[in-house]
Amino acid sequence: MEGLAPAGVLLLLAWPLAGWLANGLLGRRLGRIGPGLIGSAAVAGSFATALGLLAAYRALGPEAGPIPVPLGAWFGAGALVVDASLLVDPLALTMALVVSGVGFLIHVYAIGYMAGDPHPARFFAYLNLFVFAMLLLVTAGNLLVLFVGWELVGVCSYLLIGFWFDRPAAATAGRKAFVTNRVGDAAFLLGLFLLFTSVGSLDILKVGEAASALPGGVRLAAALLLFAGATGKSAQIPLHVWLPDAMEGPTPVSALIHAATMVTAGVFLIARLGGLFLATPGAMAVVAVLGALTAFFAATVALRQHDLKRVLAYSTISQLGYMFVAMGAFAPAAGMFHLVTHAFFKALLFLAAGSVMHAMHDVIDVRRLGGLARPLRQTALGFVVGGLALAGVPPFAGFFSKDLILEHAFALGMATGNYLPYLLGLLTAFVTAVYITRAALLTFSGRPAEPGARPHEAPPVMLWPMALLAVLSVAGGGLGARAAGEPLLRFLEPALPHPDGALAGVHAPAGPLMVLSVAVAAAGVALGWTLHRGRRDPALGALGGVLEQRWYIDALYEAALLRPARALGRWLAGPVDLGAIDALVNGVGRGLARLGADVRRWQTGYARQYALGVLAGTVLILVFWMLR
Amino acid sequence: MLTQLIFLPLVGALLVALIPRGRPDTVRWLGLLVSLAAAVLAARVVGAFDASSGGLQLVERAAWIPGLGVGYAVGVDGISLLLVGLVAVIFPVALLGSWGSITERVKAYTIAMLGLQTAVLGTFLSLDLVLFYVFWEAVLIPMAFLIGVWGGPNRRYAAIKFFLYTMAASVLMLVAILVLHALAAGQLGERTFDLQRLAEVRLDAGVQGWLFAAFALAFAVKVPVWPLHTWLPDAHTEAPTAGSVILAAVLLKMGTYGFVRFGPMLFPEALVAAAPLLAALAIVGIVYGAAVSWAQTDFKRLIAFSSVSHLGFVMLGIAALNEQGFQGSLLQMVNHGISTGALFMIVGVLYDRTHTRELADYGGVAARMPRFAALFTIVLLSSAALPGTNGFVGEFLILLGAFRVSAWWAALGVLGVILSAVYLLWAYQQVMHGPATARHPERLTEITPRELLAFAPLVALIFAIGLYPRPLLDRSEAAVRAALDRLERPAQQRIVPQAREPR
Repeated sequence: MEGLAPAGVLLLLAWPLAGWLANGLLGRRLGRIGPGLIGSAAVAGSFATALGLLAAYRALGPEAGPIPVPLGAWFGAGALVVDASLLVDPLALTMALVVSGVGFLIHVYAIGYMAGDPHPARFFAYLNLFVFAMLLLVTAGNLLVLFVGWELVGVCSYLLIGFWFDRPAAATAGRKAFVTNRVGDAAFLLGLFLLFTSVGSLDILKVGEAASALPGGVRLAAALLLFAGATGKSAQIPLHVWLPDAMEGPTPVSALIHAATMVTAGVFLIARLGGLFLATPGAMAVVAVLGALTAFFAATVALRQHDLKRVLAYSTISQLGYMFVAMGAFAPAAGMFHLVTHAFFKALLFLAAGSVMHAMHDVIDVRRLGGLARPLRQTALGFVVGGLALAGVPPFAGFFSKDLILEHAFALGMATGNYLPYLLGLLTAFVTAVYITRAALLTFSGRPAEPGARPHEAPPVMLWPMALLAVLSVAGGGLGARAAGEPLLRFLEPALPHPDGALAGVHAPAGPLMVLSVAVAAAGVALGWTLHRGRRDPALGALGGVLEQRWYIDALYEAALLRPARALGRWLAGPVDLGAIDALVNGVGRGLARLGADVRRWQTGYARQYALGVLAGTVLILVFWMLR
Repeated sequence: MLTQLIFLPLVGALLVALIPRGRPDTVRWLGLLVSLAAAVLAARVVGAFDASSGGLQLVERAAWIPGLGVGYAVGVDGISLLLVGLVAVIFPVALLGSWGSITERVKAYTIAMLGLQTAVLGTFLSLDLVLFYVFWEAVLIPMAFLIGVWGGPNRRYAAIKFFLYTMAASVLMLVAILVLHALAAGQLGERTFDLQRLAEVRLDAGVQGWLFAAFALAFAVKVPVWPLHTWLPDAHTEAPTAGSVILAAVLLKMGTYGFVRFGPMLFPEALVAAAPLLAALAIVGIVYGAAVSWAQTDFKRLIAFSSVSHLGFVMLGIAALNEQGFQGSLLQMVNHGISTGALFMIVGVLYDRTHTRELADYGGVAARMPRFAALFTIVLLSSAALPGTNGFVGEFLILLGAFRVSAWWAALGVLGVILSAVYLLWAYQQVMHGPATARHPERLTEITPRELLAFAPLVALIFAIGLYPRPLLDRSEAAVRAALDRLERPAQQRIVPQAREPR
């Protein structure tokens, strides 16, 4: 393994890079189907490589530890040396498997979904570039290399959200995503500066080792700055606003980038820097509470959205909140477990939603859908499986991972007295069951809202990926279920630091908590069923209006930030720049011109005469000084 | 070798002048070949350069006006080497890029461009202050002609403003040079304008402050440092594409180069004292330039203000007065030349087709010009300093250097990272995205192979520097360390040479 790691991890990255180049350079010569095949094959290559790496790594035994893959110095200045280095450890391998595995299924699905699009080469080039960037992010051994992947996935997201750029909404959504992420990235950068100036290195392993020895204030500031970066990428309050709009992108993009992989990068970052975060309880409290607030807030908004993909987008924001709760509850392994199961069932839900769009000619407003269970039998089945997993109904995968997070959140409450994350988490579980039941009923049950449509089930190339994800959405629970021996948690454990101090000895009462969360999920499904049976959709009064308007947060940003900023820009450009600064300059110039009334006839306006005059004057001064 | 490099373009310009009328293509080819020959010479300079030494190299001296102590002295170090390389790349690119847009007075145009190249090379390589000043001012003449003759409708106003504003600001520098000369004569006992000799002069804080202020004013207008920037949008907007490219890529760097070259050598204490002020102005420039850029409706004005913002970063790195800051600034001078030069060429490609610079006159261009769209995207991301492109490493080093001085400097400077994405993506969307609402859709033909060829070196550098900036950083490292050493060494410890016998 030691010898294999560099070649293996480079091969892992090389596949999608090659796919990007092939699709990007050969472009139209590949025909309609070629780009999809090349793109899918490239990601399959990465998945196979990741499996090989996993096998080789496991063969080393449980004491393998992290394997750094140095690739030489990237750049430096003074004391700063940035090494281009990668890192192979259980965390990286888990992420690489999810990214390439789920990524492969979504690529295959996209062959069918994008069959009618005139630009398949551009699409798959972007998609492969994304997979490359994401794999670089998760295998980075240096925080700045990680940041390269971090920014590059953001660019791919921008390009893919705006893939249909002739639609102004899509172009604007892409821009909004990029700019919002940049706000987080700015904080991320400051965090890197702080870490470098205090640790002296941006190497992930070194930062992890040195973190606990840093002064408390530095640790807290660095952790919070990096977490601010994570709130951008992972769409947490207050930077969540870009993700729902990102649904303007093609649905496979929503499934891959805006549900399964890229948006989890913030969660991954915290796990990756567990040595820093777990040593900083203050930051962890912020992570847990903000995650819980986001989970609850986004779930309530999902109750009253009419665009099926937006329901799923808010659901993703909410589920990411759960993952942050896990991180903040000093249980990164539980958070990673939920990251993996969520990748399965949320990708499944999105692909099912895409299948609905495919069948209904891009109609995605649930008010215009309905009665699709019959014509889209497999899609409906897939959506229900994904929905049950999301709702946390046993034995679906989401049940195990969400329950584990709630258990740890409860333990956090026992240890610190902060039960807020647990309570919000439990409440969110209830709301989640309601909104996904609503979405399923409005879309698939009852009678079609527009009977004229003749929906047709998706082709096998789209159905098979959904089928496999459905299997994973059931079986995925086995990765972390106690009954199955928690293989994923055992595998991850050596890569994640353990909480020391207050939380070490605390054990939440797992049995009663599990019963409670199952009961809550069941109650949520039941309420959703009661409210929305027969495709009824009560507006929920004034509260419903607030939810429909997303708690007015987007409107608030527009009114309080964007409009004043634009106005400020215009004011600076007009009255200040032209009206004051430049006017002063011109005034001085004119004043001087007037002073020389005698030489007014020299003001011919020809630059060459001015040049001559000024040069002559200069020479005169020069000579005067010389001969003085 | 340096003398050959400096004057080769001028000799080329004389050759161009000999070409009879009515043969614009011969003129174009000769101009391009001359600039390419200069690039070859510059490559030889880079090859002969010893990166391990922080001092001035390949120095050539000759007597010029010995009685006044004016000498001809040129030399290169890690600070000027990068800029020489930039000049060598940008001029052929700009010349090739303008083949389609400059159709009148091609000969005069080519002569002006080549003359300009000699002047900027001389500015970056002069080691004698009089020689430096001559080149510094000589730059104005061809540039003013480029704006005033081949520019847009308001070209005369822009050309005169450019000329007078930057000239007026430089006059005080000339006075300061002469004062420095006089003080040196007293201390060293010889009449000299030689930079390395003048660096040995000990100046008390007050005099140093005044002299530095005079130099700094000239440099600050050239950069331009806020609030001395208002000549720039007019000059950029009215200049022909190649003029804007050279102006942004090279001329603005004369100002930032001046700070790095002369600050540590001649006025170390004054530079240290002024650093907080420079940083404050730099930060205002970063945010102000970006905010105003966002409000522009004219594509070229938008990029012009983006230069104010980007040059703010360069100034911030200089004001940090540490290795990360200086190295980042030097790298970013090159990067801004590449990225903003390419942005102006992007506008040029569109302007050549539609003859409008208004953002509102475009829309949906990406669908008509997909290859151009990909190119524009790369340039845009480079200007927004995306990792993997050239801009990132420079900005990162600058902000890190600033952070080491004050977390606030970095926290405010990092706003520019956000804002650059705001205005650049805004401009891109206006022009390229949305439904096809461009005013002259039929004229929006795909970018030609010749235009692509002009972009090719810039795109290659965007990725090369982004992925592996070490060849540049390694070459400037020793010179930066030497410059910083002068700042860190207390004044009284600086070696004061014995006065020599007056000649």
